[in-house]
Amino acid sequence: MATKLTVPITEAQVRALKVGDAVLLSGVIFTGRDAAHKYMMENFIKGDCPESEKNIYAVLKEGLAGGVLYHCGPVVRKRDDGKYEFVAAGPTTSIREEPYEADVIAHFGLRGVIGKGGMREKTLAACKEHGAVYLHAIGGAATYIAQSVKEVLDVYKLDLGVPEAFWKIRVEDFPCVVTMDAHGQSLHDKVRRQSEQRLRALVAG
Amino acid sequence: MQDLTESFVELVKSASTDLSPDVEQALREACAAEDDGSAARAALETILENVRMAREMGRPMCQDTGTPIFHVWYPEGMSQRALRAQIQNAVRMATERSYLRPNAVEAISGRNSGDNTGVDFPAIHFDEWERDFLKVGLMLKGGGSENCGRQYSVPSPEFPASRDIRGVRKAILDAAFQAQGLGCAPGILGVGVGGDRGSSMLKAKEQLFRRLDDANPDPELDALEKQLHREINTLSIGPMGFGGKTTVMGVKIAQLHRVPASFFVSIAYMCWADRRKIMTVKNGHVEIEAP
Repeated sequence: MATKLTVPITEAQVRALKVGDAVLLSGVIFTGRDAAHKYMMENFIKGDCPESEKNIYAVLKEGLAGGVLYHCGPVVRKRDDGKYEFVAAGPTTSIREEPYEADVIAHFGLRGVIGKGGMREKTLAACKEHGAVYLHAIGGAATYIAQSVKEVLDVYKLDLGVPEAFWKIRVEDFPCVVTMDAHGQSLHDKVRRQSEQRLRALVAG
Repeated sequence: MQDLTESFVELVKSASTDLSPDVEQALREACAAEDDGSAARAALETILENVRMAREMGRPMCQDTGTPIFHVWYPEGMSQRALRAQIQNAVRMATERSYLRPNAVEAISGRNSGDNTGVDFPAIHFDEWERDFLKVGLMLKGGGSENCGRQYSVPSPEFPASRDIRGVRKAILDAAFQAQGLGCAPGILGVGVGGDRGSSMLKAKEQLFRRLDDANPDPELDALEKQLHREINTLSIGPMGFGGKTTVMGVKIAQLHRVPASFFVSIAYMCWADRRKIMTVKNGHVEIEAP
């Protein structure tokens, strides 16, 4: 049975999750990937927020506290009524955000990151320290996942390009699996260790 | 010359939204092989449902519609310039119609051109051939899987291996291990052995146009392909890297002549969303089909 979670998520809810748990996520979340992470790091985390970026900082501060960041660069269509719609919206590979994510989790008080492929030690440690989880969505299942995106509420930093912008979206029963929990456990570490042993045996044989 | 722009748009749509039967069949077999209730099984069920929905709705099966890589085989006398212009226009139109995500960004500034065109984007390779008709292969190569590609210079201090078929095997096993689930496993490996750094990787990518159930005309490479397919799956990395029985759906290898000093093994990783289609134009009649 999948655990149903709605944003904002509490620390207790996150600490109750374990690697392998299926989650159906609902509520308002943000997309953010490579350029977004670099932007947050340079403007908000390491730098003093410039005047021109204060509005978006306020939006992110509010929306990401107890919230979820989705590593995703969607295919988006602008409808006749002027509203945006997600056509295809699967996860992108998360490991590229490893240099940034721990700081983003700490700074904004994120409770979850959705992506694919998993992340490494620094992010895992931040999940444990601050109470957050890594939620793995099914890579490439973009049309399927787009069905759980019920509404595109807004977009920020569209000048970064459609894939790289922050899209504020409302999701319902977004399907994912916990692969890194708030207790230091990572499915990705386990699979990597086991496959490395097998690789050694194959190459030696 | 015939204006094929609309046909190229159809080729892009077909590649982006309609997974080829050989890959879908391999995914079905992979799904059936995983244990009931496992994360691997659930991932493959979701993938198969996604494939069905994308086809029915005419939507991209994956939001990363990747680098569009065209390979054009044209008869004597046909204009490369005209074909290039039609392909570029078709890519712009396909982007407008949401079959492609605007993916072309300037390398250093990251500025998005907005329409999937730019310097050498889309990638188009031309070959004049002896036949009297036009054939165009299109592959949509997603970035996550592309990042999992590797090139080994054998041997090197970082990678001690022998310059023979055992060294080739070791490099391919290592690449599959390094990729883990990051390239959206279960994937397909295209391998080029020999050549220079450029030609070797190009040959690796060309292998991804082959059908999954074909046989390599070189018996020694055919045997190696089948052996590696089995061996890589014993790594148990599994779909999405969740652990499981299917890590790759195929390994396809070709060799090129090399200079005595170099021995490259180049590996191109293709995700499960193995989007490639072939268009042929014979006497003005256009057909789009799976390899």
